[in-house]
Amino acid sequence: MSLDMSQFHQTFFDESFEGLDAMESGLLGLDPSAESVDPEVVNAIFRAAHSIKGGAGTFGFAEIGGFTHLLETLLEEMRSLKRRWSSEIVDVLLKGVDATRAMLEAATRNEPIPSPSDLEQRLQDILAHGTEAEAMPERQSSQPESDAADKGMTTWDIQFVPEPDVAQQGNDPLRILRALASLGNVTTHVDSVALKPLTEHDAETCPLGWDVQIETAASEADIRDIFAWVEDACSLQMTRRSTPSAPVAIAPAAADPASAASSPKEQGDKPASGPAPAAAAGPKPKKDSVSTSSIRVSVDKIDMLINLVGELVITQAMLQQRGAALDPVEHESVLTGLSQLDRNIRHLQEAVMSTRMLPVDFVFSRFPRLVRDTASGLGKQVKLITEGEGAELDKGVIEKIVDPLNHIVRNAIDHGVEMPADRKAAGKDATATVRLSAWHQGGNIVIEVADDGKGLDREKILAKARKNGVDIAEGAPDSEVFNLIFLPGLSTAEKVTGLSGRGVGMDVVKRNIQSLGGAVDVSSELGKGTRVTIRLPLTLAILDGMTVRVGDDIMVLPLASVVESMQVQPADLRSVGGERSLLKVREEFVPVIRMDEFFGYRGSTEADRNEASLVVVVEDDHEKVALVINELVGQQQVVVKNLETHYKPVPGIAGATILGDGRVSLIVDVGGLQRAARQRSRPIAA
Amino acid sequence: MATILAVDDSKSMRQMVSFTLQSAGHTIVEAEDGQDALEKAQGGSFDLVLADVNMPRMDGLSLVRKLRELPSYKFIPILMLTTEAGTDKKGEGRNAGATGWIVKPFNPDQLLSTIQRVLA
Amino acid sequence: MSQTTHPEASSTSTKTPSGAHHENDDREYLTFRLGEEEYGVDILKVQEIRSYDTVTKLPDAPEYIKGVINLRGTIVPIVDMRLRFRMAAANYDEFTVMIMISVEDRIVGLVVDGVSDVITLDDEHIRPPPEISAGSLDTRFITGLGAIDDHLLILVDIDQLVGREGLALTDHAGTSQSTH
Repeated sequence: MSLDMSQFHQTFFDESFEGLDAMESGLLGLDPSAESVDPEVVNAIFRAAHSIKGGAGTFGFAEIGGFTHLLETLLEEMRSLKRRWSSEIVDVLLKGVDATRAMLEAATRNEPIPSPSDLEQRLQDILAHGTEAEAMPERQSSQPESDAADKGMTTWDIQFVPEPDVAQQGNDPLRILRALASLGNVTTHVDSVALKPLTEHDAETCPLGWDVQIETAASEADIRDIFAWVEDACSLQMTRRSTPSAPVAIAPAAADPASAASSPKEQGDKPASGPAPAAAAGPKPKKDSVSTSSIRVSVDKIDMLINLVGELVITQAMLQQRGAALDPVEHESVLTGLSQLDRNIRHLQEAVMSTRMLPVDFVFSRFPRLVRDTASGLGKQVKLITEGEGAELDKGVIEKIVDPLNHIVRNAIDHGVEMPADRKAAGKDATATVRLSAWHQGGNIVIEVADDGKGLDREKILAKARKNGVDIAEGAPDSEVFNLIFLPGLSTAEKVTGLSGRGVGMDVVKRNIQSLGGAVDVSSELGKGTRVTIRLPLTLAILDGMTVRVGDDIMVLPLASVVESMQVQPADLRSVGGERSLLKVREEFVPVIRMDEFFGYRGSTEADRNEASLVVVVEDDHEKVALVINELVGQQQVVVKNLETHYKPVPGIAGATILGDGRVSLIVDVGGLQRAARQRSRPIAA
Repeated sequence: MATILAVDDSKSMRQMVSFTLQSAGHTIVEAEDGQDALEKAQGGSFDLVLADVNMPRMDGLSLVRKLRELPSYKFIPILMLTTEAGTDKKGEGRNAGATGWIVKPFNPDQLLSTIQRVLA
Repeated sequence: MSQTTHPEASSTSTKTPSGAHHENDDREYLTFRLGEEEYGVDILKVQEIRSYDTVTKLPDAPEYIKGVINLRGTIVPIVDMRLRFRMAAANYDEFTVMIMISVEDRIVGLVVDGVSDVITLDDEHIRPPPEISAGSLDTRFITGLGAIDDHLLILVDIDQLVGREGLALTDHAGTSQSTH
């Protein structure tokens, strides 16, 4: 049959990537200098390489198979203790994992597969030295050299005497003879001299032997192949007759093999009934410690579920609205039903959202490798501690936080951590510690990267900021000064190393985090260390919102950004340079934005300015702004919908939602609003 | 057509083997390691067992030894699926009680014809 | 003008038949009215027709983009065709409808004075667009001119009109906020 292997490719890729991850974490956890290494760990690493090699060969990825074969060979030596571990070996194996990953990734994209020839050479060099192990096992079963010129028919005399217990390995001489018969013309003579009377015969044994004459065009190798499985459990003699076409003498007692080899195989146990328990169509990947059962579901399906639940929420909100207008006494059962529905839907929503939640470990797991490589590349010694890997957040958020976190960690090692000698001189441990932690706080997840390096130099930052034209007071608090590192162009690193200095600055990191609805902060103590704290919403899809009326429209303010709301008198507003006003809130002066004006819904009139206004003070990234609105409507959870799908991003707007009455309501992006307002009030640049 | 137990910790291999053998009309039950296979074998009855060698929890050779201790599996053909074709590995397999082996990578035709050989 | 409770209930949703592109290069067009003039748009691009619905305004948008609506859970922008063609704005009445167009992988709604029939025109009966703008029309947006009875039918190049360029969607290179 011609089987289309590509249908198995995706599964092969998935399990191979998983296997590579397992290899990597196993290798990273190995201490090559230790007395002994846990054999189970080594076995697991070996098996992963072995599986990838096997699959690659089977599914048509010869280059991947060839390369992983080298890894597997080395690992086989390690697991059979033929070779000692060393950091060089760990290193080359880790590089091998990387190379294999790259090859697999190319394969998933149908691109040409890169050949890691340098690494191959290095592996081969290692394998060639150091132990008495065979360099490379034979790929094919050792076959005797088949006669090249075996054209035409050859006659062989074969004497085949299997060991009596041949059947006890499931081998059936009858089958073997039949297979032999399929190769050409056979005449068989059974030697039953050892056969006892049937009443004494042990049915599980085979005391027979055969003389077979075969006239065949097959090669010697092909013939021997028939006996391959039993060659060590029988005596086999093959003699070639030199005259190929001599007529075959009919052996007198050419007993029918069928009767002689009365199938010592037990027949009795084959029941007619159907077989085993349900086929593992969805096999359960059992983890070693906890027996978790899981199935793979595509992200699209989950997103669709989330959408549908979002629709439910909207419909329910609509019903709720209708319900509010009903007489509570007359319609008590309906109202009770509605509030029950509300609870049910909330639970459903939480449950569905949680399907997209993954432990932060998905991000953290890559860091041991990153830290190791970065540190060693710089000649520094760094120990990584992770905490709270079990904290969960939305898959979408996880995917987007990887790059910023990468950068922050690299930065910490590159610019924060000192060289081992400097650390010793400062009375610190030569090995620095970088701590990655995650925990939940309110509706957010907090991720922190803390190092015990040299900390941020306040004076240097101030100097650099001033040089860049940033206006900052001399006595500004540390928190403000340190947060200057998020401004573009403010890298105070003495030298820009290849790692973190290449155009991807902390400003981009901050933007990325903000675009997720999150915030980032830095605190530090000179000489002691630095801590970068990232706050992220647990999910991007729903939001607790405060609904307000702006002009004729309802808009939604993220509740997390709302500080307070108040009535203000015109007198409380101080005007600054014409358009802008400031509002005094306790001790602060907060800029004011008239929402209806800002969004172009209607111009504010004189009358407005002379009346009391309703203001909601919101905060983003430590900056407050006072939004003048027309009415406070309420508070509700909203499902965030994307504006960009069919339109485009709008500055100051985070997305849209659908209210209970079916209307679209825009969700305000407080940070974006502030930025846009600043843009507008700046003089127009050419 | 036979009932076959296919044991391999690699899901893609199991899929390929199942697909191939099912297309030839056999019934396949999959197991992902030796322990799983042993349980399934005890709970059911098979005409043939295909087992990978390197697996977690219980490897292929141990599986074969344990299967051979079960009366109903004493004479059933058990084939090892192995990438290791060296003679010492084969010897190990036979000593454990394996009927024979199929060397990976194999193509579906090889699999089918070998199965046929053993089930005839 | 807004009577929406549940969007589905209120719209006169007319699903159009999947366009038949006949052998001899006939194409089917949905005709609609703007003021005195008749326009036609390729039926294959029309997803549905709805009665005019409450539109939520978008800040900072060109005048002809009236805002967005909720189309069964998706947020879809609405273009006022009169304003797009720089004609005088209309008063929306009971005949005003929105034609939901599917262009590229985007859905856009067009507000028009009213829809007429679906007609078939073969390429022979279509004249190329005029060299210079005729009146209020920008020839960029016209694929050709046809005739119904005695009326001139202006065939709209819908891709031009409401594609990325047409809606000025590419001029904003701000932070992408995928709040999916």
